Amino acid sequence: MKTHLKTKLALASILLSFNVFAAGDLYLDHANTDISDTASLQNGAKLFMNYCSGCHAISFMRYNRIAEDLNLSDSLVAEHLMFTGENPGETITTAMPKEGAVKWFGTAPPDLSLVARAKGTDWIYSYLRGFYEDDSKVFGVNNKVLENASMPDVLWSLKEGRPEAEFDQDVRDITNFLDYVGEPAKLIRTKLGAWVLSFLGVLLVLAYLLKKEYWKDVKYGIWRPRD
Amino acid sequence: MKNKQSWIDQRFPLTKVWNEHLAEYYTPRNFNFWYFFGSLAILMLVMQFVTGIFLTMHFKPDSANAFASVEYIMRDVEWGWLVRYLHSVGASAFFVVIYLHMYRGLLYGSYKGPRELLWILGMLLYIVLMAEAFMGYVLPWGQMSFWGAQVIISLFGSVPVIGPDLLVWILGDYALGDAALNRFFSLHVIALPLILVVLVFLHLVALHAVGSNNPDGIEIKKNKDKDGIPKDGIPFHPYFTVKDTMGVVAFLWIFCAVVFYAPGLNGYFLEHANFIEANPLQTPEHIAPLWYLTPFYSVLRAVPPMFGSQFPGVLAMGASLLILFFLPWLDRSPVKSIRYRSPIYKWVLGVFVVSFVMLGWLGMQPVTPLNAFLARVFTVLYFAFFILMPWYTSVGKTKEVPERLTE
Amino acid sequence: MPEQTIDLKKRRFLTQATSVVGAVGVGFVAWPFLSTWKPSARTRAAGAPVDVDISKLQTGQLVRVLWRKKPVWIFKRSAEALAALESDTLIKNLSDPDGSGYSKNQQPKYVTTSYRSIKNREEVGVIVGVCTHLGCSPTYRPEPGAADLGGDSWKGGFYCPCHGSKFDLAGRVYAGAPAPTNLVIPPYRYVSDTLIRIGVDPEIS
Repeated sequence: MKTHLKTKLALASILLSFNVFAAGDLYLDHANTDISDTASLQNGAKLFMNYCSGCHAISFMRYNRIAEDLNLSDSLVAEHLMFTGENPGETITTAMPKEGAVKWFGTAPPDLSLVARAKGTDWIYSYLRGFYEDDSKVFGVNNKVLENASMPDVLWSLKEGRPEAEFDQDVRDITNFLDYVGEPAKLIRTKLGAWVLSFLGVLLVLAYLLKKEYWKDVKYGIWRPRD
Repeated sequence: MKNKQSWIDQRFPLTKVWNEHLAEYYTPRNFNFWYFFGSLAILMLVMQFVTGIFLTMHFKPDSANAFASVEYIMRDVEWGWLVRYLHSVGASAFFVVIYLHMYRGLLYGSYKGPRELLWILGMLLYIVLMAEAFMGYVLPWGQMSFWGAQVIISLFGSVPVIGPDLLVWILGDYALGDAALNRFFSLHVIALPLILVVLVFLHLVALHAVGSNNPDGIEIKKNKDKDGIPKDGIPFHPYFTVKDTMGVVAFLWIFCAVVFYAPGLNGYFLEHANFIEANPLQTPEHIAPLWYLTPFYSVLRAVPPMFGSQFPGVLAMGASLLILFFLPWLDRSPVKSIRYRSPIYKWVLGVFVVSFVMLGWLGMQPVTPLNAFLARVFTVLYFAFFILMPWYTSVGKTKEVPERLTE
Repeated sequence: MPEQTIDLKKRRFLTQATSVVGAVGVGFVAWPFLSTWKPSARTRAAGAPVDVDISKLQTGQLVRVLWRKKPVWIFKRSAEALAALESDTLIKNLSDPDGSGYSKNQQPKYVTTSYRSIKNREEVGVIVGVCTHLGCSPTYRPEPGAADLGGDSWKGGFYCPCHGSKFDLAGRVYAGAPAPTNLVIPPYRYVSDTLIRIGVDPEIS
């Protein structure tokens, strides 16, 4: 049995250690987000709706779901997050017409519903912090993470004249919010998991005791029915 | 209650079936850890059926809506996320279970006579299951669904002469699109599950006809007492029902830990790029099938194109699966279980396991000169395991197999 | 020796305990699966309140809107029609004229008894146009005395073509019809004098 365990551990470590492919040589800063931090999610939601949602939809997400998950009242969401006066059950689309977007940016700004799942939080965090001045570009900026990004540095007003730590925290909150948007069920999933595993733990103990009890018959060689 | 039973028994062999297959089905008493995976495979089949039925109620097999309908399940359908994760993690868990179940067969020679048909039915199950999983992975219509399917289906186009026409026929279009998605959906939810159920039934019928093998590789039916009951056998029920219940709960604990804490398992169970909708204009930087198919994908890539055709690689991949069917006749060893085999067999089996795992790992990696070289080495080792089997199983000194189970 | 080590009581207890806890687990698992059949977030969003502008609604006219995928009638009743709703000749033909019997839960509490509409706006009827018998949508037959609907005893109302149920202009069912209860009045409110919002109760003033 022991050797089996060892092989399994060795296999696991091989699998895990090789998991750094695909990112290439790119260095990404660690986003260090925490989806259970509601205040961070609230700030991220506010910043996203103010700075990002003009161009980017999160069309799999509904306003009232955000309200429910982030402990906000529907009216607060209507006031601070909804700018176009939709019904709170609607999904969060953008007012920008697609043709216009292609004309202005060269490409339509992507829907960000699943960006955290496709790219990861570290990528978003590094990308949003990765703008640098480059006069050869249309918007005067380029990006360390996504070379030749066709997006202006919309967060520059958050950066100007503020301590770096505060800006980083804002970016972290936006990243955190997008992580939540990528999978809203993550909030309940991790909480529920503990209960499920505890329950199965209890059942496992019972099942083990039951097995042990019945297998006494086999151990003592008396499994034949006593009739 | 007695009356009721006889009423049914006069019309349906309930008690007879119960006795023959559970209460008086005699099973070797020395089953170890590796013998949990048969019942776990049935558990996974049921899990995939139940979750799949509920997913089908909300999924749209339409290339314009499929991707969004999966996210609809993940967000808008109450508890839809749980059902979807149980299904997606379930697919990978099913293969974990099946691979360990097959490895058990290798360890204890369970494919050897009189269980050749049992093994062949199992292999058929394995291949149908791979087709089922592959088509299931196409359905969410993400980038990996699309491009993975593109690559695998293109293989049919490499068949000499009829390839191009065959490809168009399979796709029902000139390229992968709605028509293919729709037929894959039908195969995934109706045709292949039906075939799986029939094969599982036949697999169990074959098993119960010959009886289970065991870690000693001894036929317990050769040693019966005066009542005709194998001396080393114990009734499946209650002893293995309670033991398998324990196994099921332990397995579910690990399974749920993944479902609730790492359902994508860092890209191994749900690939990151599959969260981007299929885009026929842009291939992702790096595509690979899910982990359970990658060993064979590696074999495919290891064989270079010959005569301007990818077909030799396709043949090699087919051969790597087909050769498993011949295992019962390739193995010439007088003993079944690894416990009594020659040391040389233990080494060979170790090399085979390493080769298979490495092929699987390489199948997920981008092709580099080193990776391509390694894939060729391990492909050769993979085939060597089978081709040289008649030789290395007939040399070397085996240990004497005892008359009765050792524990 | 070994016989004594087998404790049948313990065995029975463990079997029962494992079975009970396992059954509870199956119950827990069943819940999410059954829940997937509930209206989804998208369906609930699509079932949001609907606004209807009644500024151009003429007396006698009926408009249909969809609310939660069901037809809702908004129609204006004349003074004579309203008077007829309170007449004894009609009421004696109805099965539950004051909505106190089987039709107790067919309307919100804030609608009036005879007209089944919000106070001070009695002329406007708002009714879910689904027959309480088997779900057909009755036709609007406002003309009193229609020969095919019983002549003088017909005071105007709704007639269900599927199985012949009759309802008056307040949606109350005639006695002897296959439909068991009055038609449903949805929750609704006046956002302004000319705008009705179907699907929410009036704000408490």
